[in-house]
Amino acid sequence: MSLKKHIKVYKKFLHTSLASELEYKTNILIDLITAILSLLGSIFLLSIFFQNNGSIGDWEFGEALIIQGIYTILNGITNTWFNPNLSEIVKHIREGTLDFVLLKPIDSQFYISLKKITPSGILEIILGFCLLIYCIKINQINLNLSFLTLFLITIACSICILYSLWFFISTTTIWFVKTWNATEVLRSFLYIGRFPLNSFSFSLRIFFSVFIPIAFITTIPSEVFLGFSQLWKILLEVIVAMVFLFSSRKFWLFALKFYSSASS
Amino acid sequence: MVKNIIDVRNLSKSFDISSKEPGLKGTIKHFFQRQTKSIEVIKNISFEIKEGEIVGFLGANGAGKTTILKMLCGLIYPSKGSILVGGHMPFRRKENFLKKITLIMGQKQQLIWDLPPIESLYLNASIYEIDKFETKKRIQKLSEMLEIDDELFIPVRKLSLGQRMKSELLAALIHEPNILFLDEPTLGLDVNAQRNLRKFLRKYNEETNATICLTSHYMKDITSLCKRVICVHDGSISYDGKLDQLLKKLSPVKHILVVCRSEKDATKLENSGFTIKNKTNNEITIIVENNSTTSSLKKILNNFDIEDLYINEPPIDEIIGRILIKKNYDI
Repeated sequence: MSLKKHIKVYKKFLHTSLASELEYKTNILIDLITAILSLLGSIFLLSIFFQNNGSIGDWEFGEALIIQGIYTILNGITNTWFNPNLSEIVKHIREGTLDFVLLKPIDSQFYISLKKITPSGILEIILGFCLLIYCIKINQINLNLSFLTLFLITIACSICILYSLWFFISTTTIWFVKTWNATEVLRSFLYIGRFPLNSFSFSLRIFFSVFIPIAFITTIPSEVFLGFSQLWKILLEVIVAMVFLFSSRKFWLFALKFYSSASS
Repeated sequence: MVKNIIDVRNLSKSFDISSKEPGLKGTIKHFFQRQTKSIEVIKNISFEIKEGEIVGFLGANGAGKTTILKMLCGLIYPSKGSILVGGHMPFRRKENFLKKITLIMGQKQQLIWDLPPIESLYLNASIYEIDKFETKKRIQKLSEMLEIDDELFIPVRKLSLGQRMKSELLAALIHEPNILFLDEPTLGLDVNAQRNLRKFLRKYNEETNATICLTSHYMKDITSLCKRVICVHDGSISYDGKLDQLLKKLSPVKHILVVCRSEKDATKLENSGFTIKNKTNNEITIIVENNSTTSSLKKILNNFDIEDLYINEPPIDEIIGRILIKKNYDI
């Protein structure tokens, strides 16, 4: 697997995908407006929760905004890359066009995970970072190199966990053919990631940490951001991300053995 | 001696297929307790294909042609037996193997729908690691052969089916494969587009000595491209050999249309002992055995006052139709 070749192909993916999206200008405009309204709506909802109580699960409003910021970045990444590509797997399998992907001399997981891009999701990522910069100001956070490194590591791990979960569900299409609903369920669970883990009951906290690691995705990077995360939690997130990524890869290769291709 | 490029030995493939009873009760039962059974779709087949050969796979719908093609290009794992294509085990899908082959499916497309075909061509070129200069050269050469030019710069969604198929072919051949798997490539195309496609495939085969495995329900594709056919019936090979030999065996007769000068002559010919297919006014069609065509013609010319005559083979579709429903041919 040559890195140079994959970078070159990815540049082509970006080019063709952007060109395809730009064919429909109105659609991009609507998506951009939706992204802004969605963020404003979420902040409004959060402010209602904090209106009567000064804090929820030991988190102040300004701190909870960090989780919202990280959620917005991750949601932007989901909308930019995961959603357009991984929902396409279902289509590829149902219509049998996965045949073309599998017969290309390139890693099939790379191809189906990164071929498309939805540019409007990038605005969400930018908005998320803007919100985080605002949070740095209101929470009076000291920026330094170790803080930034740790934060980027945890965010990268969150992206890996999210991608693996999404990819894992999409892969099951090879057996069940139509699993679009399952990815929608995952999306709904992700909404939970907008709230601090401590705001849930103990049993729900265990559920969201062990079975569907939504907790890792937003809460740990937020704790790092606020400077009160423990090292074991960061290490745990790194391990969870690696295990998820490795498993999703193995699962894909295993599933391909059962791919029977659609009839002509 | 021409070497074998495809070698298939004792190949079998089984699929688990679920069945459902009709009605609401059947649907509920199917939802909670799915009944699946294993069906052997390919049954212990063996064949070889030589480099540069064009082989047609014939068979009724569901006979197993596409499954064979998909196993040959490595998309489906065989249940039993061995396959070697260009010295590779296809299902391992090694890079070297994938660079040698291509699959073209008439009913599925790989071009990016919203963009002109040229964008998909350059994307494919980067996947196959072909540099820009070489890509440009290959596009030029193939588009000349396919007789397309401006169409490459129009979004795929605005192209006609024929133009789209030509662009699909270009995208599938940009890496200059030497083994082509074509699954009903002319499906839905008009007669002119079908003819052009066949002309291109013949030329490509002549110029590159590429091996072509083809399935098609249009008999003209098979008769004009393939010297050899493999007939598949219910997952087994019912015939593997030369097409003309099979046609001769299955069609031992010729039809002679005789246009007589008068209806009286036609009636005289009708009563002269020939097997008659049909008669309208002064035209009469008689059926003669292949080996007695010359003597029959002599008899007609010497004994009857005729205006014109035509010798016809029975329609190819009719003959092939008979192949599809028969289990075995010993020729």
